[in-house]
Amino acid sequence: MKSPVSRRNHRRFSDLACGIVGAVAASLTLVVLGCIVWDLLRLGLPHLSWLFLTGEVADGGRSGGIGPVLVSTVMIVVIALAVAIPPGVGCALWLSEFVRPGTVPARAITGGVDLLASVPSIVFGLFGMAFFAQVLGLGFSILSGGLTLACMILPLLVRTTLTALQSLPVDLRPSAAALGLTQTTTIRKILLPAALPGILVGVTIGVARSLSETAALIFTSGYATRWPDSPGDSGRALSVHIYDLAMNIPNGAAAASASALVLLLMILVINSFASFLAERWLRRYHS
Amino acid sequence: MFLSRSDRILRGALVMLALLSGSVVLLIVWFLVAGALPALRDGYLPRLLFDEHWQPGSARDPQFALMPMLAASVLVTALAALLAAPLGIAGAVFHRFYLPKRLAVWNQRMLELLAGVPSIVFGFWGLTVLVPLINRLHPPGQSLLAAGIVLALMILPTIALTSQSALRSVPESQLLAAAGLGMGRFATVFHIALPSARSGIGSGVLLAIARAVGETMAVVMVCGNIAKFPGSVFDPVRPVTATIALEMGYASSSHKALLYLAGLILVLVTGALTGWLAFGKRNAGEVS
Repeated sequence: MKSPVSRRNHRRFSDLACGIVGAVAASLTLVVLGCIVWDLLRLGLPHLSWLFLTGEVADGGRSGGIGPVLVSTVMIVVIALAVAIPPGVGCALWLSEFVRPGTVPARAITGGVDLLASVPSIVFGLFGMAFFAQVLGLGFSILSGGLTLACMILPLLVRTTLTALQSLPVDLRPSAAALGLTQTTTIRKILLPAALPGILVGVTIGVARSLSETAALIFTSGYATRWPDSPGDSGRALSVHIYDLAMNIPNGAAAASASALVLLLMILVINSFASFLAERWLRRYHS
Repeated sequence: MFLSRSDRILRGALVMLALLSGSVVLLIVWFLVAGALPALRDGYLPRLLFDEHWQPGSARDPQFALMPMLAASVLVTALAALLAAPLGIAGAVFHRFYLPKRLAVWNQRMLELLAGVPSIVFGFWGLTVLVPLINRLHPPGQSLLAAGIVLALMILPTIALTSQSALRSVPESQLLAAAGLGMGRFATVFHIALPSARSGIGSGVLLAIARAVGETMAVVMVCGNIAKFPGSVFDPVRPVTATIALEMGYASSSHKALLYLAGLILVLVTGALTGWLAFGKRNAGEVS
C-alpha cells in the first residue's frame, strides 16, 4: 500500500499536470487570435488608408481601394435584413403567443426553421443561384445576394426573437388581458417594446453573419467592382473581394490583408455592440 | 381563447409568416432534388462509386468519381474534430476549475472573438501563413493537414464554449461532495465533472462537426483541390463543398446535376446531425 505522503505527492502531480495541459489548451486560443491579427496587421496595415476605404477598385484590386465593394456589401446586408426581419419576428411571435409549444404545427415550424439553420452556406449559394438568379430572373445581382442571405439569417432571427419573447415575465400576458387589452395591442404596445433589445441582439448578430458570408454570395451577387447604381446591379461583397484577391489575383495579398482587417474590425465592433446590448438586456430582466 | 377582429387578422398574418419561415428549407431541398434528378435518372449513381477520375466536363470521356471527395470531406472533418475536441474540452476544464474568475472572463471574451472571425479570414490566414509553413515541412503545403488545422481552429471556440456551459451546469453539490471526500481536482474533473457534463460536451462536438462538414471558404483556400484519395496528411484533397464552390460557375447539364446531388448529400448529412442533436436533447429533457 502506498504511504499517505506518496499518495499526496501523486495527487499534487496529477492536479498540476491537468492544470498545465488545460493552460496550454486555453492559451492556444489567445495565440491563434494573436497570430491572425498580427499577420493581418503586418501584411495589411501599410496598405490601409482613407483612400483605400473610399477609392475605386483598380488593377484587379491590387491598387486603388474598396469603396464600391463596401457600398455593395452594405446594400446586400440591408436587403437581407429588410427581407428577413418581418418573417423572422412574425414567426417567433406566432410560436410564442398564438400556439402552444409541443403541438404538431409548432413542432413542424420549429423543425423547419432548425433544419434551415443547419443548411451549409454553400448550399444557400447553390439554391440562391438556381432560384433567385435563374428562376426569378434576378441574375447576378445585389438583390439576389441579399435574398439568399435573408434565407440564411432567418433562423437566427426566429430563434433570438423567440428567446427574447419567452424570457419576458410570464404575468405580462394575463395582466394585459385583465386590463381588457386585445392581443394585438398587447403585442404592439407591451411585448414587442419589452423584447426589442433582445430582438436587436439577433439583428446585430445577423449583420455580423451576413458580413462574414462568402460562399453564399459568390454565385448570387457576383464579382463586379463598379459602383452599384441599383440593387439590380452585380456587386461583390467584401468577403468575396478578399477571396478573389487571395485566390485569383497574383500579388493580391497586401490588398487582401487590408480588406480582411477592415472586415475584422467591422465584425469586432458589431459583435461588441451585440454583447453590450445582451448584457444590458440581461441585467434589466434577470437580476 | 377570445380573439377580436384585429387579433384574428394579426394571427392570420403571423401564420403566413411562420409558414413562410418554416417552408424555406423545403423549397431548398426541392430545388436540390429537382436539380439532382437528371443525374439519378440517367443512371450515374454506379459511376459515382466506380469511376476513377473526376472530369465531368470532358466531352470525350466524362468521369464522375465522387468517392474521393466524400472521403476528403470525412477525413478533413475527422482531423479537425480530433484536433479541436481535446483542446477545446481541456481548455474548458481549465476555464472552469483552474482559472481565477477575473481571467476566466477574458478567456471567454477571447473565445467569443475567435468565434466571430469570418471563415474567409481563417482561409486567407491559412493560405498566407500556414500553407508556407507546412510547405517547408513537406511540400506542397496545400493539404489535408492544412485544411484540418484551419477547420480545427474554426470549430475550437464552438467546442470550448459549449463545453464551458456544460461544465458550468454540473451541480455544485456534486463538486462540494467530491471536495468533502478529499478528492483532488484531477479526480474531481475526471470522475465527477466530465462524466456529468458528457452529453452537453458531446452535443457541442456534434454541432462543431456539422459546421465543419459544411464549411467551404476556409477549406477551399488551403486544401489543394485535387480530387484524388490522399495517401498521407500532406497530400492535397478536395472536399465536396470545395467542389461545388469551384465548379458551380461554369458547370452545365449532367455536371451541374452532380453538383446539386453533392449539395443534397451535404444537406442530408448536416440535417441528420441536427436531427440527432435535437432528438438527444428532447430525450434528455424527458428524463430529467
